[in-house]
Amino acid sequence: MSRLLNPLSSLGAPLFASFARSGFPGRKLAQALLLSAAVFLLLGAGDPATRFTELGHQLMCICGCNQILLECNHVGCPASDGMRNELMASLTRGDSDSLVEQGFVQKYGPTVLAAPTTKGFDRAAYIMPFAALFLGFGLIVLVIRSWKNRPSPAIADGLTPVRGAELEQFRDQARKETDL
Amino acid sequence: MAEIGSFALLLALALSVYSFVAGIIALAFQNRTSLQLASATAGRGALPASLEESPLITTIRQASERIGETARRAGIATFAAVLLASVVLVICAFRDDFSIAYILHHSNRALPGPYKFAVLWSGQEGSLLFWSLLLAAYGFVLRLRYKTDPRLFAYASVVLSGVQIFFLLLLNFAAHPFAIVQGTIPAEGNGLNPLLQYPEMVIHPPMLYLGYVGFTIPFAFALGALIMKYPGEKWIHITRRWTMVTWAFLTCGVFLGAHWAYSVLGWGGYWGWDPVENASLMPWLTGTAFLHSVMMQEKRGMLKMWNMWLVFATFWLAILGTFLTRSGIISSVHAFAQSSIGDWFAWFLAITLVVFLFFFFKNKSHLRSEHKLESLVSRESSFLFNNLLFVLLCFTVLWGTWFPKISELVQGNKVTVGAPFYNRVAIPVALLLLILTAVGPLLAWRKTSLESLKRNFMWPTIGAIVVAIFLMITPQSWGSAFGLKPWQDVSYFYSLMAIALSVLVTLTVASEFYRGGRVISKHTGQGMFASMVQLTHRNTRRYGGYIVHFGVVVVIIGFAGAAFNQDKEMEMKNGDKMTIGPYTLICRSSTEDDTPDHYSQWAILDVFKGGKQIDTMTPERRFYHASQQTSTMPDIRSTLNEDLYVVFEGLNQDNGHPILKAHLNALVMWIWMGVWIMLIGTVLALIPNAPAPVRVPAPARLERAQATPVATGD
Repeated sequence: MSRLLNPLSSLGAPLFASFARSGFPGRKLAQALLLSAAVFLLLGAGDPATRFTELGHQLMCICGCNQILLECNHVGCPASDGMRNELMASLTRGDSDSLVEQGFVQKYGPTVLAAPTTKGFDRAAYIMPFAALFLGFGLIVLVIRSWKNRPSPAIADGLTPVRGAELEQFRDQARKETDL
Repeated sequence: MAEIGSFALLLALALSVYSFVAGIIALAFQNRTSLQLASATAGRGALPASLEESPLITTIRQASERIGETARRAGIATFAAVLLASVVLVICAFRDDFSIAYILHHSNRALPGPYKFAVLWSGQEGSLLFWSLLLAAYGFVLRLRYKTDPRLFAYASVVLSGVQIFFLLLLNFAAHPFAIVQGTIPAEGNGLNPLLQYPEMVIHPPMLYLGYVGFTIPFAFALGALIMKYPGEKWIHITRRWTMVTWAFLTCGVFLGAHWAYSVLGWGGYWGWDPVENASLMPWLTGTAFLHSVMMQEKRGMLKMWNMWLVFATFWLAILGTFLTRSGIISSVHAFAQSSIGDWFAWFLAITLVVFLFFFFKNKSHLRSEHKLESLVSRESSFLFNNLLFVLLCFTVLWGTWFPKISELVQGNKVTVGAPFYNRVAIPVALLLLILTAVGPLLAWRKTSLESLKRNFMWPTIGAIVVAIFLMITPQSWGSAFGLKPWQDVSYFYSLMAIALSVLVTLTVASEFYRGGRVISKHTGQGMFASMVQLTHRNTRRYGGYIVHFGVVVVIIGFAGAAFNQDKEMEMKNGDKMTIGPYTLICRSSTEDDTPDHYSQWAILDVFKGGKQIDTMTPERRFYHASQQTSTMPDIRSTLNEDLYVVFEGLNQDNGHPILKAHLNALVMWIWMGVWIMLIGTVLALIPNAPAPVRVPAPARLERAQATPVATGD
């Protein structure tokens, strides 16, 4: 166990040092995370069996069962066996992923793809959720700002508002005694 | 019998209309007398005794109270009438009364008893009747509990009656469950859809409908509170409990549906992102967002408008889901036969939207928030981001569901929006949500110091990183989730992230229990476990909520297992072997059977692991005589690590050998365990808190005479 923890501590120390300095993980940390995510996303095995599985899960069976091609499970399906053979033939020929998909779209129409493409209007399918995320994020930041800038409620005459460490102390006490 | 059922439905409609109209009249008169008294009070400073006892006002008030009471009783009687209609339909199913078209199309003589009962919700007309029955039952409970707050309950009752009228109009004029067969009555029915002949189908639809219909109650309270400009937050307290119960039913319904799909459909998965599945997920997402944001309103008086919208959206999405399945506007494997009732739903959706918008804009000044935010690093902020992500997930699902239709309108051709789309878009958002689930409980209301956040967050983070590294360096032979190499495939990367973040959430939840338990243990001298039990009992909502969070992460770990699934298909004659993962399947024989209900074929497979026989599996395929439909009955061997899932796909027509497909589905059992934990947490959260002895020493510097605050606060 200690063997496991040692490399972690050397890796974790700068991470938490940066956390402590800036409050939240800093820009370098974000860049490192983005870079590792990109590396993970771009790396991938390219052997035919893996490609067959991956592409087979990007295509739909067109028999009307509404299932992913490799998940269509009825014996005697008029479409799936032929489509799987076509897919395997394309991969054996060495066609690229996009060429395989284009071939299927030309033959069976755009509904053969299990997800919208990233071209033309189809792009909107992917853009909208992330646009909504950024819009929502921006809105929340604005809301938080406006709420932070609201004036504090009035205090009755004769009472001194409690601030700083004393306020934190009372809050801690209140949390302990009411939240348990 | 059909006449009794038809009469009961008509009577129910008449009673609902009465309850609605009389309820409105009673409330209108009560408002008028209240207004008169209020204006008199305002004009004269104090209410004179003569006016307070004015015979006219007293008479009007008494009359309106009596009318209101008759409206309430009519609402209760509606339940009796709808119950009668439902009982009649079930009796007709048991009596094989094929003179009723609904029974003819959904039952047959050999259908087992429990499924004859389930006929009530197996078709369009019956399921609408069942919806109406559940709505009436919820209304019945609500109207019996009216003394909690008679005025608010009277408003909620009127809203409920309005919704009930819609369903009863549908039942009486568009989808009549007691419609009579014209001409000769067939001696045998068409039978129940074989996919529905599974024990879970007897409970899945009721649970789902209890969830869908149940969201009408929070909506009724919210709209009532909005119309009457309800003072204070009591309606939120009342609504929250109803919402939690409803949410638990919907959770149960959604996952029972997933389990049914997994056990019956035979494709090896539990969620296909079909529009009907999406329809059940959308109100669940907004309902979950509401259960979080409602705390902001209770504790800080914030998000009043937002909560109103969330309650409305949840109700509206539940109806929209029904519209999607009934209208045929979006193609789905689940969809009921296309019919004109889609138009009815479209109108109902439009009317409810207009009514809500009208009252929202009319009375929105009443919903203004009172409080200010002190810090970005606070529980309030985490709830805002939590709501953003839940609503965004809901929007993504809605967008994905409608996109084929939008694409058809814009570019003239339909596209498919299936699992790959949702995996790309929804998984990153769900992972962000998981991070918030870990961080949120560690944040205090109003303000959290970064120092305390770091202190509380460091050990769970280290724990999660250790687990992630452990999963990467362990050998794959240990099990599905071990030896994970995230650089090999993006799905492995997502799985590793999901598992690591789940560990992070689990550790933060555990640390919350530990810290609280330690404080109680120190004060009482009890053991740690007893202290944690006491801790939970003192604040059931908070700690029940944590248990729900723990259940969610267990479910997420189950979902993460999907990245390691394998499958293999093979034609197997007697003695043939198939190897998948650590299992070897040997076909011992294949056989067939014929019963009055169905003809079946199945294979007998011996299962070996590590050279030792551990089980015998019998996947089956049935052909139902009455419906002339085929159904698979996969055999599933579940362990904590993986499910061995074997499907009998059929016989090779040339040589008669069975074709079998085996799936090795990793960590699926975690999903079902997680759901149980979520439900246990919800039940705990519904239990009232135990009183806790609290000592609060008064601050010495405040004089008693000065201690009368006028500032708003919690």
